[in-house]
Amino acid sequence: MTTVAVKPATMAQALTRALRDALAADPDVHVLGEDVGTLGGVFRITDGLAKEFGDHRCTDTPLAEAGILGTAVGMAMYGLRPVVEMQFDAFAYPAFEQLVSHVCRMRNRTRGTMPLPITIRVPYGGGIGGVEHHSDSSEAYYMATPGLHVVTPATVADAYGLLRQAIASDDPVVFLEPKRLYWSKDAWNPDDPPAVEPIGRAVVRRSGRSATLITYGPSLPVCLEAAEAAREEGWDLEVVDLRSLVPFDDETVCASVRRTGRAVVVHESGGFGGPGGEIAARVTERCFHYLEAPVLRVAGFDVPYPPPMLERYHLPGVDRILDAVGRLQWEAER
Amino acid sequence: MTVMEQRGAYRPSPPPAWQPRTDPTPLLPDTTPYRVLGTEAAAKADPALLRRLYAELVRGRRYNAQATALTKQGRLAVYPSSTGQEACEVAAALVLQEQDWLFPSYRDTLAAVARGVDPVQALTLLRGDWHTGYDPHAHRVAPLCTPLATQLPHAVGLAHAARLKGDDVVALALVGDGGTSEGDFHEALNFAAVWQAPVVFLVQNNGFAISVPLAKQTAAPSLAHKAVGYGMPGRLVDGNDAAAVHEVLADAVARARAGGGPTLVEAITYRLDAHTNADDATRYREDAEVETWREHDPILLLERELTARGLIDEDGIRAARDDAEAFAADLRTRMNQDPHLDPMDLFAHVYAEPTPQLREQQALLRAELEAEAELAAEPEGGAR
Repeated sequence: MTTVAVKPATMAQALTRALRDALAADPDVHVLGEDVGTLGGVFRITDGLAKEFGDHRCTDTPLAEAGILGTAVGMAMYGLRPVVEMQFDAFAYPAFEQLVSHVCRMRNRTRGTMPLPITIRVPYGGGIGGVEHHSDSSEAYYMATPGLHVVTPATVADAYGLLRQAIASDDPVVFLEPKRLYWSKDAWNPDDPPAVEPIGRAVVRRSGRSATLITYGPSLPVCLEAAEAAREEGWDLEVVDLRSLVPFDDETVCASVRRTGRAVVVHESGGFGGPGGEIAARVTERCFHYLEAPVLRVAGFDVPYPPPMLERYHLPGVDRILDAVGRLQWEAER
Repeated sequence: MTVMEQRGAYRPSPPPAWQPRTDPTPLLPDTTPYRVLGTEAAAKADPALLRRLYAELVRGRRYNAQATALTKQGRLAVYPSSTGQEACEVAAALVLQEQDWLFPSYRDTLAAVARGVDPVQALTLLRGDWHTGYDPHAHRVAPLCTPLATQLPHAVGLAHAARLKGDDVVALALVGDGGTSEGDFHEALNFAAVWQAPVVFLVQNNGFAISVPLAKQTAAPSLAHKAVGYGMPGRLVDGNDAAAVHEVLADAVARARAGGGPTLVEAITYRLDAHTNADDATRYREDAEVETWREHDPILLLERELTARGLIDEDGIRAARDDAEAFAADLRTRMNQDPHLDPMDLFAHVYAEPTPQLREQQALLRAELEAEAELAAEPEGGAR
């Protein structure tokens, strides 16, 4: 029996491949955004697409995010399947009105006659030394907008699989790409990409019995590292990767918390009004009698995203996660 | 070079040496609004078209009056009237071919109706039983758009998509004078020009954005002048002259259809009614000003032309009015029936498939409705 060695690939490569395969599979798929053509995007995610499929399939647009998303709405109204790139998290805000006034509600307001299959790719989060307006975690805004799916991969396989699913979805999907994981590597075969769980399902990335870390996107590797470090303290941590914030997988999350009895939600986004509050409330409502301690949150501080030389104090790190785990009322067990 | 010219071929961007790309002179609009009625140009106008426009204007005016009355009777939640603007509404609908698309704002139910949308369905948004009452694909009329100017990039995107697919489709988008101050107006016109999309923008300049007059909205010589900055032609037309609006829009649509790109048309008109039934126009304009505009009424202008040229007689005028009355009576009868409401519709069509969270909320509402129904079914004073 021979095994073919699978080479490592980056998340960026998997995303590019997903776009390429989607363009090849469906002539209605169109990529548009700022610098996505000749340059291949500032993160090179659309590298080579204009060359392979033509500028009319991978289009450099004028520099105007509301215009990009607004014209994508019209394209989707006519039956195309646009994939738009917002260059950075904080540069997506001009498109916000189109998103909340049209993209998320067109299906509903037309009683299902005018669905908008638009994928909105947004590189998000910090940790890459970006200056002001290049490191926002904007997921809470999107989560608070009914009618959108909000998806974020944390692994190379998910980057490919979830993006293909997002583009194939008949609903609008905000696809949040953790930019600090663009260059993370994993063994992954681009010619035979593994099937992944569907949008809406969370995945247990590490099994454990002591407590559950609930996380997504850029914080997944941090949580896995924390879980390894926690072994020294005698804690066996389970790590759940949400993958999809909307729809939210109550089932997988709550099954884990019921097993472990303790939970910490970890994300870069600010804690106040952030995703962790919703997650903690949902877990508490459903698992109260299984909980040994309140659900805690480890989040970014409630400050404007810090300048690059200060961001390490802001981002949830291994120590802050372990401190939170330490506060999960272990005294009762001793 | 436009995206379309690059179709199928890949070329790196040209070097960034600056050169003026378009002589702005031919893009500039006339300094006075173009008119047909009462001018020599009227002799060239098709009599059948003029009669058709007249019938539609009379019906449109009656529609506006009926919708306003329905609002006073509580049958509509609100009605933003287009009384006085019927020439723009009707011409916009009539210049389009069947496969073309119309992108109306909330004030443009009449344009939707003139394009064939059932008036009851066009008024659904304003009655309040749903947001969009018609299938946009049925008559190729986009949903009535309330957030100002946000429908303009949709029109550009749709027209661009149709062209990418090789279809012969023009999009005509309606916006008001106030809407031209919005960022989406700018972005839509810029995208349209860069892509040379087959789209026509019609600005109905009715003088006021609710209460704010045009002088506080822009310092441009005219709204049509804004076209020059995008590299598309601007046209200025008398918006109460139905024949002129029709001609200018027809030219722009033909130009778009032939691959000539977008046009910005500014039609000078006047909103004879208040912004909506909830507005009090006496707070921001004089009655005398309104009276001046009544003398420049679109129906009056066209009726005068038709009569002077012997294209219509008393019987013809009466026939148009009778048709309008019958139309209004039918609308009244149907609008006086309570719409069928199903609260469970709240959850329909939020997503292709409801999320688990929505299923839970759906179950909650269903249980509440069942409890309510059970309570209602109990005999008065029955055992509890």
